[in-house]
Amino acid sequence: MEVLKIRKLSKKYQHENGETLALDNINLVVEQGEFVSIIGPSGCGKSTLLSIITGLESKTSGDIFIENKKMNGISSEIGYMLQKDCLLEWRTIYSNVLFGLEIKHMKNRENILYAESLLKKYDLYDFKDKYPNQLSGGMRQRVALIRTLCTKPKILLLDEAFSALDYQTRIKVTEDIYNILKKENITTLMVTHDISEAISMADKVVVLTKRPGTIKKIHKIHFDLENRTPLNCRETPNFSEYFNILWKELGVDER
Amino acid sequence: MSDERKKYLRNIKIKKSLIFVSQILILIVFLGLWEYLADKGIIDKFITSSPSRIIKVFANFNSNHLLEHIRVTVYETLVGFTIGTILGLIIAILLWWSETIAKILDPYLVILNSLPKVALGPIIIVWVGAGTKAIIVMAVAISLIVTILDILHGFLNTDKDLIKMAETFNAKKIQILTKIVIPANKSTFINSLKINIGLSLVGVISGEFLVSKAGLRIFNYLWRSNF
Ligand SMILES: Nc1ncnc2c1ncn2[C@@H]1O[C@H](COP(=O)(O)OP(=O)(O)O)[C@@H](O)[C@H]1O
Ligand SMILES: [Mg+2]
Repeated sequence: MEVLKIRKLSKKYQHENGETLALDNINLVVEQGEFVSIIGPSGCGKSTLLSIITGLESKTSGDIFIENKKMNGISSEIGYMLQKDCLLEWRTIYSNVLFGLEIKHMKNRENILYAESLLKKYDLYDFKDKYPNQLSGGMRQRVALIRTLCTKPKILLLDEAFSALDYQTRIKVTEDIYNILKKENITTLMVTHDISEAISMADKVVVLTKRPGTIKKIHKIHFDLENRTPLNCRETPNFSEYFNILWKELGVDER
Repeated sequence: MSDERKKYLRNIKIKKSLIFVSQILILIVFLGLWEYLADKGIIDKFITSSPSRIIKVFANFNSNHLLEHIRVTVYETLVGFTIGTILGLIIAILLWWSETIAKILDPYLVILNSLPKVALGPIIIVWVGAGTKAIIVMAVAISLIVTILDILHGFLNTDKDLIKMAETFNAKKIQILTKIVIPANKSTFINSLKINIGLSLVGVISGEFLVSKAGLRIFNYLWRSNF
């Protein structure tokens, strides 16, 4: 099933010194359970694309469909995770996790139990009464993910969600988040400028050109591994092949 | 504990006591010098009084109704402080809510802030009469604009990413205000409260000087020690 469909999407920003065409004629389909990575040089409109999908930013033309329903304005069916974990320092972990439900007036018994089960499953329940500054960067990111997941979004958007972490933590967090997303069968669209990260998690990698962002190419990613994870696929020969292809494609634009 | 650590901790302790002892010393020297100079007639007791005389006045607590006058001043300060703070908070919220109104009013706030409020004294007395009311209005006038500017500044500088995070959950403006902006500005409020209590006192005292009938309360009595 098509969870997300984008058709002929364009975005022009208006500002005092003129206008910027950020995205031009974007067409994309994301299937149920799929993990799609979008890479492109910085400033090519990746964040803009995600903001438009959530409805935080308006589109200039084109259409967006969620499960074949045309979208208008902010959708409650989309989960969006930003670069920073944005945990609220004055709330406990437990209350941070329930923040999304609270805002959306979805704080009922069933959803609270679901949130608690996610906390238990992903080793955070023991920390539920602690405050964010008592947790490591990786744990904080997991808390932020659960905060989004317990609102049961149809699709999850990640905007460079790991780039604020140091390299070691980043590899570990990628592994954690990937496992959670696969176990919970979450459809995901991730934006990054890191080629390895894009390949390591994706079923499909979308390459954008520099501004105005248009789709240059879409690559299907496949590894012959039984239990694929972001870490073990990095060691396969396929991985470096994909890397080289994408590197060249991006390189042409970055020159 | 390692020797290095012990030495480090000892150094910190020494520094702390040094600072404390110096502070006390400065106070003693100041009071001593004041008393000495007043006693020798180098400075005029009539104008500056002297520590020993002030202590005498305070010692006659009951006979001169000092307690009662302190009570009045404290009461006026607290009322002025409460009104200034609450009103300031409400106005700051309104200005945060509408960026356009904030932009329109910005230059006026700056002008009002730089206006010497004490100069408004006579007008205030004409408007509300020469009484406790005038004193409280004075206290509010002095603390209000600063409160608005401080709190608004804090509100507008709330971490944009936190607000964006709330927006990704489809938060309404009122939710962003109550669940992000206000809790994120706890330290702004505390700072503003600290500054306000001082400003209200300044307002009350200038008010008491102006409103002669009811005013100069505490100062009346401290003044008496000069004779
Ligand atoms: N609110 C805005 N107003 C005007 N221009 C913007 C705005 N947001 C982004 N842009 C411009 O649109 C382009 C794409 O930005 P962005 O989507 O953030 O790129 P990326 O996430 O790929 O780095 C950039 O050139 C940026 O300067
Ligand atoms: Mg970006």
